[in-house]
Amino acid sequence: MSHSEKAEIFNKNEAKVNWHDKALWFVREKRDTAAHKVKGWEELRNLASGIKANVLSNLDEYLIEFEENAQKNGIKVHWASDAEEHNTIIHKILEDNKVEKVVKSKSMLTEECHLNPFLEDRGIEVIDTDLGERIVQLAKETPSHIVLPAIHKTKEEVDTLFQEHLGTKPSNGNPEYLTNEARKHLRDKFLKADAAITGVNFAIAETGGIVVCTNEGNADMGAHLVKTHIACMGIEKIIPNEEHLGVFLRLLARSATGQPITTYSSHFNKPAEGKEMHIVIVDNGRTEQLSRKEFRSSLHCIRCGACMNTCPIYRRSGGHSYDATIPGPIGSILSPGKDLTKHSSLPFASTLCGSCSNVCPVKINIHEQLYAWRQIVTKEVKQPVVKKTILKITGVALSNRLLFNIAGKSARFMLKYAPRFMVYSKLNVWGKARELPEIKNQNFDDWYKVKRKNNG
Amino acid sequence: MKVGLFIPCYINQLYPQVAIATLELLEKLNVDVYYPSTQTCCGQPLGNSGYEDDSKGACQLFVENFKEYDYIVGPSGSCIYHVKKHFDILEQTEDVIKVRNNAYELCEFIVKILGKTDLGAKFPYKVGLHKSCHGLRGLNLGSCSEKMDEHFSTEEELLNAVEGLELMSLNRKDECCGFGGTFSVFEEAISVKMGKDRIQDHLDSGVEVITGADHSCLMHMEGLINRDNKPLKVMHIAEILNSSI
Repeated sequence: MSHSEKAEIFNKNEAKVNWHDKALWFVREKRDTAAHKVKGWEELRNLASGIKANVLSNLDEYLIEFEENAQKNGIKVHWASDAEEHNTIIHKILEDNKVEKVVKSKSMLTEECHLNPFLEDRGIEVIDTDLGERIVQLAKETPSHIVLPAIHKTKEEVDTLFQEHLGTKPSNGNPEYLTNEARKHLRDKFLKADAAITGVNFAIAETGGIVVCTNEGNADMGAHLVKTHIACMGIEKIIPNEEHLGVFLRLLARSATGQPITTYSSHFNKPAEGKEMHIVIVDNGRTEQLSRKEFRSSLHCIRCGACMNTCPIYRRSGGHSYDATIPGPIGSILSPGKDLTKHSSLPFASTLCGSCSNVCPVKINIHEQLYAWRQIVTKEVKQPVVKKTILKITGVALSNRLLFNIAGKSARFMLKYAPRFMVYSKLNVWGKARELPEIKNQNFDDWYKVKRKNNG
Repeated sequence: MKVGLFIPCYINQLYPQVAIATLELLEKLNVDVYYPSTQTCCGQPLGNSGYEDDSKGACQLFVENFKEYDYIVGPSGSCIYHVKKHFDILEQTEDVIKVRNNAYELCEFIVKILGKTDLGAKFPYKVGLHKSCHGLRGLNLGSCSEKMDEHFSTEEELLNAVEGLELMSLNRKDECCGFGGTFSVFEEAISVKMGKDRIQDHLDSGVEVITGADHSCLMHMEGLINRDNKPLKVMHIAEILNSSI
């Protein structure tokens, strides 16, 4: 199904759309307030964008520097070229350590690689410990947002879900009660886990350490309670020096949720004594995206989700309508690079309003990349004949004044004199909910010929 | 100063009153205006739909029609943005570069090039300004709510100088209306919902007349207003600036 088809289904419940839109707009406004408090916000964005551009231009060197330093600290570093390899490496580590139960926190990458079903098929229990992630895991769904994975669910829906899976009492969607129950349930999972998997927000080449930003503290709780900690990162997570964290940590949480900083910014530099720490560095299509000049900067992304919160289409169509691990505007420029045919409708799920590019803390020109993907989609993916033919004919008519006159006159004649049932037939998608403009007797050309001596 | 009047295709065919207001306004301001009679369209509908290559003929014709003028002025931010931004698909001859550099949206031309804000108009109504995305974020006609820059707005400057006009403040100052060219048809459900939400914001803010510098957004909202019989009127900013009610 295309984005528009899924979006239409989501829009059948207008009250829910309104609720979803308002919930995310609230986050967007919190972001505005937080950013306004930082003097030189726009400069900070420039700086972050510049650092990321430098990283991408020297990625090979930074990655090797990172690996060397991480190894010096006693961290085991693994390289995975794709999702399959990533999953296999993790499974091997878990198997070597006889792990049966894993707790996971903060990793969109493992979602991207579909790690959970891979491990579950091999008899390993994987528990997502971040509350939103846990909610969608219990509902057997995927996250609909990268920072707010269960934003598509109301508290009443969570209430019902918890009754079924955690045995909670009906509470009318009492958030305090439900959170406490989830906390108790997760505490038990933490204590019984044998290994912890986390994501990586920033990997510092200079030190070989990683930083994970969380609000619930689950990355720390998981990693500190177990013997084996595995951190998974895309190759683009590198930053050159520790001092650059000062730029990114100021931008990340403000852009994401409007907080000045996440509750925890956890630095993992080496394994504790008697424990193991692994880092899996994953490509999975990123090098290919890096090679596409027009789309390279999409790899600047620090996964704050601000483009989703501001996107008027995302807010009104829900994350699942994008049918991709990363939804919203940034997902719509990343996903076509992975599977152009499957995701061919995503670059068109935008009015190109540009709000996404304006909120982006690392200044990715998202809406321009959406435009660029459109040009590629129409060439490389089979298009509906009617759409293609109409647009091609339009191209001819617009480059020829005589044809333009004929087309304009006949269309206006038809719209003016044809009966309403014909004009507003099923073929007229515009007219489903909208009136067409009232047709005047003259167009501007006609008026001009009469009223002004044509001097053009 | 010779100015070429660019009337976007859909305004020519469907909204002649907007074109007339634009022309009259420029004439009032003593601008030497010419209307090249063989103009068609900027090619935007094709580019935005992914058929940029098929728009080259239209773009080239645009350049031929307007290359001799010092300025090209049109009452549509979106079309002007397309000329400035996306005519990079043509070979960058002197003519193409000149046309891209000298294309101006009407309000910007009046404020920046002519240096005028008070045009002597009268319009005693409560007005809501719809800031079109391409004008705002593309042509930088004003500050955007996402950015932390100081507030400014080209259209507001002009509207605030209109006698009797009360400019109403909106809850969401610059959210997209959902027109988006062929988006309005291919993503019909979301497009309509976005338009309805924008209109509601104007209604909630006590607006009587919605205006803007881009008639395509207004066409979309007007279509919804007329279907749902909402108590709102829609007028292009040129019509307001040209009025003396």
